[in-house]
Amino acid sequence: MTTQVSTTTRWARFRDSYLLYSFKRTWSAQLCLAIFLCLVLAAFMAPWLAPTNPYDLRQIDILDSELPPFWIEGAVEHYTLGTDAQGRDLLSIILYGTRVSLVIGFGAVILQAILGVTFGLLAGYLGGRVDAILMRLADIQLSFSTLMVAIVVGAVVKATLGSSFYSQYAVLMLILIIGLAEWPQYARTVRASVLAEKSKEYVDAARVMGLGSRRIMFRHVLPNTLSPVFVISTVQIANAIISEAALSFLGLGMPETHPSLGSLIKSGFDYIQSGSWWITLIPGAVLVVLVLVINLLGDWLRDVMNPRLYKG
Amino acid sequence: MSLLEVSDLDVRFALRQGEVRALRNVSFSLDRGERLGIVGESGAGKSVAAFSLLNLIASPGFIAGGSIRFDGQELTGLSDRALRKVRGNRISMIFQDPMMTLNPVLSIGEQMIECLKAHRRISHREARAIALHKLQQVQIPSPETRLDQYPHELSGGMRQRIIIAIALLLDPDIIIADEPTTALDVTIQAEIMALLLELCEKHNVGLILITHDLGVVSQVTQRMLVMYAGRVIEQGPTREIINDPQHPYTQGLMNALPQMATPGERLNQIPGSMPSLSNLPSGCAFHPRCGFVNDANGQPRRACLEQVPDFVDSGNCRVACHMVAEMLEEEQRLAKEETS
Amino acid sequence: MIAFLTKRLMHAILVMLVISVIAFAIQDNLGDPIQQMVGQSVPESEREALRERLGLNDPFHVQYLRFAGNAIQGDFGYSYFYREPALDVIARHLPATLELVFGATLIIVLLSVPIGVYSAIKPRSPLSRFFMGASIVGISVPVFLTAIVLIQIFAIGMKVTLFPESTAWGSWLNATLSTEGGMPSFGRGQDLVHVVGYWDSNLFSAGGLQHLVLPSIALASIMLPLFIRLIRAEMLEVLQSEYVKFARAKGISSWRIYFVHALKNTMLPVITVGGVQIGTMVAYTILTETVFQWPGMGLMFLDAINRADIPLIVAYLMIVGVIFVVTNTIVDLIYGLVNPTVKLTGKPA
Repeated sequence: MTTQVSTTTRWARFRDSYLLYSFKRTWSAQLCLAIFLCLVLAAFMAPWLAPTNPYDLRQIDILDSELPPFWIEGAVEHYTLGTDAQGRDLLSIILYGTRVSLVIGFGAVILQAILGVTFGLLAGYLGGRVDAILMRLADIQLSFSTLMVAIVVGAVVKATLGSSFYSQYAVLMLILIIGLAEWPQYARTVRASVLAEKSKEYVDAARVMGLGSRRIMFRHVLPNTLSPVFVISTVQIANAIISEAALSFLGLGMPETHPSLGSLIKSGFDYIQSGSWWITLIPGAVLVVLVLVINLLGDWLRDVMNPRLYKG
Repeated sequence: MSLLEVSDLDVRFALRQGEVRALRNVSFSLDRGERLGIVGESGAGKSVAAFSLLNLIASPGFIAGGSIRFDGQELTGLSDRALRKVRGNRISMIFQDPMMTLNPVLSIGEQMIECLKAHRRISHREARAIALHKLQQVQIPSPETRLDQYPHELSGGMRQRIIIAIALLLDPDIIIADEPTTALDVTIQAEIMALLLELCEKHNVGLILITHDLGVVSQVTQRMLVMYAGRVIEQGPTREIINDPQHPYTQGLMNALPQMATPGERLNQIPGSMPSLSNLPSGCAFHPRCGFVNDANGQPRRACLEQVPDFVDSGNCRVACHMVAEMLEEEQRLAKEETS
Repeated sequence: MIAFLTKRLMHAILVMLVISVIAFAIQDNLGDPIQQMVGQSVPESEREALRERLGLNDPFHVQYLRFAGNAIQGDFGYSYFYREPALDVIARHLPATLELVFGATLIIVLLSVPIGVYSAIKPRSPLSRFFMGASIVGISVPVFLTAIVLIQIFAIGMKVTLFPESTAWGSWLNATLSTEGGMPSFGRGQDLVHVVGYWDSNLFSAGGLQHLVLPSIALASIMLPLFIRLIRAEMLEVLQSEYVKFARAKGISSWRIYFVHALKNTMLPVITVGGVQIGTMVAYTILTETVFQWPGMGLMFLDAINRADIPLIVAYLMIVGVIFVVTNTIVDLIYGLVNPTVKLTGKPA
């Protein structure tokens, strides 16, 4: 009965919320969300939208390589944004590449959130030694910088499993690596809000009613820590996409046969000296726009929801 | 003419939802060496009044009208540079919470010396000597070592003494003290208040004391203002107001004092709470809480609901209340009838 | 102060312990020194004998202690590729990276403080809004992309033909937006000045400095917006504080309030974050050095990964760990010097 009530009122609550109110009045947030949704939609409809299938070697002609985009002399009409060094249609490969970047970005953030929220809840709720060990671990990992951790883990995994195996499962590997590298952000944020929530009466009340600590943690404390988690998730998705791009750029990410935006930038970089800047800079621009709209949405969310975020 | 003369001061806050009037038609004056109390609940505009005297209200707030004349000089409209010559020099302030008022990363000495150097061309050594002397005046033990200490090394009472010393550094004409003892332990509140009073008397410094504590006002000040919702509603000699409050709100405040209650019974609180400044009731802002809003026929007075009351003189006091005005008229009419 | 230092030292030892275990685990799992030392033709029995002699059959913790003991003495083994002690290889590459980090830090400090302070003092001015907008764009551009764009604009040169050449404003815009290029963007150049030991410097010649410009800007680009935003946010908070209001009431000049009262308090959290960011900066040198082929530790590390040069990878991790620990300790000391509340209590307030 209670769930029934709460689902109906939750929608009503959202409808009347300050979040929606502010969204309706902030044109920049609307624009960012629109661009973001367009990019996501275009990326996931790539098989239908893209003029060619860049994974299909039969559709690629090496003689068409390094053709410029349409506004530059020498362009071929059929390749709107030109072609890359292997003769793949740049528009198609960017659409597919954005899809890869988004999948890895979201996947990694989901993993981070699962790890971080669990550890943060445990640390905050149980306290004591569990808290000390987990937070010390988070401290060390953060002081080493998450990108550094990702690079090292990536390098070691690649060296252990061999390049070909690594490339084959690159998407999964990257999700794992970035997920493992960035969980401390979530853990700290959740821990901070758990500590704040824990001191409130309703947790005492739940305990007095004889509820078990797991039930208190997941049914009572967790829902109240979700708003900061929601806010940092936006920033974390942007970070994960950038981390993926950085790993791919270093050759520790997606292979060139199945490129993400990062590996497209990397493969294009070799041709920048010969004047074919578009192979690297157009995917770069897409990456920047994608990350920028997510960051702007994150900024807006933070201003609106104003949660207790871990500082420093 | 008085040393400080404030008339029709009007302070507003430009908020996104529109302008909010934090102070309306506030007028009062202060003579040299005189002590004035400003009383009211939190949110009545006491602090805004204090801060606007030196134009220290923060950004969305601004002085929209009225005049502040200090020693013959008009302070409103003065440039920041010109005002700075008055601030801390001729009019200084004491803030509410001594734990927050001193800069945590600067030593006590630095915070005293910078103030002296901002207003006088003196050497570091002279400034230090003056600072030391002032610390002695506020009876701080081992003042020499205090100068090199940082705020976190001192207790709240000690810090408030230092703030008083800073306020006295340049021998000002007026000190504005905004709830100077509220944040302190009850045990040292009286001590600090006595020290402040003693120093003001000794150096003939005027004091504007902002507080919600009627007891303190009655002990320390000679005249007082009672504020409600951004307006002064009653002002006059402290003794007269304390002994015979005219305005229903002032009466309410007096009745709410613990010593006015019969032991074993509940305190006589004023029902309701102060309205928000952005949404003031029509007419007299106090009418929804006023026990005297009904006239002799048991009907609410129309004037109370519709018209903002003007000041009427009642003895040495000035009161802004329709009921009081009515009673005074009645008295005058009776007096006239008697003579005729 | 002593309690403070002891605490720092314990933390440092713990961090180094964790890093060394990780580094050792990597070496233990990935490197087969026998393979590297002798060829394929050597029979298994001889390999086994060698393994026994080198102690490779000892239990994990014995091997680890030996590894740690050697590492403390600066012995990380021989690089497979360079055929010389790994520490020497790192020492040769270290100055290039340090100079790059120095250049970037200089840019960050010189720009972030004035811009952050300005946009906190005048939060509504158009210039502040521009800085805030630019900084969020800056955060969103990955460092290697900034580097590539810098190379395109300043090294290769860019001929803009976006606007119609036939109109006067069009050709003017095209001409002003086009760049000549010509800035060096590859390696450290020839004009290195030998200072001492392994240190050949870019800092003491015009040619050397020129080579340093683009890589430093690229490396700075990722931190600069973060610091601007952080300084602005902290400064805004400090300017709201009671002690700043009190300083105003004392009649202190705005200049002194901003730069003595507010800035010092603003810098406390900034210093702490700065310490953490130094770690991030080292990670970003890998990316920057790759784009500019800057022959520092980052590029060396990436090459070592591609060549599976395990001793060099392990040595790099340990050295980077030491750099983190040392800089974090220095940052904490600076924090302690700036913040008077640290000294007596032994813990930052």
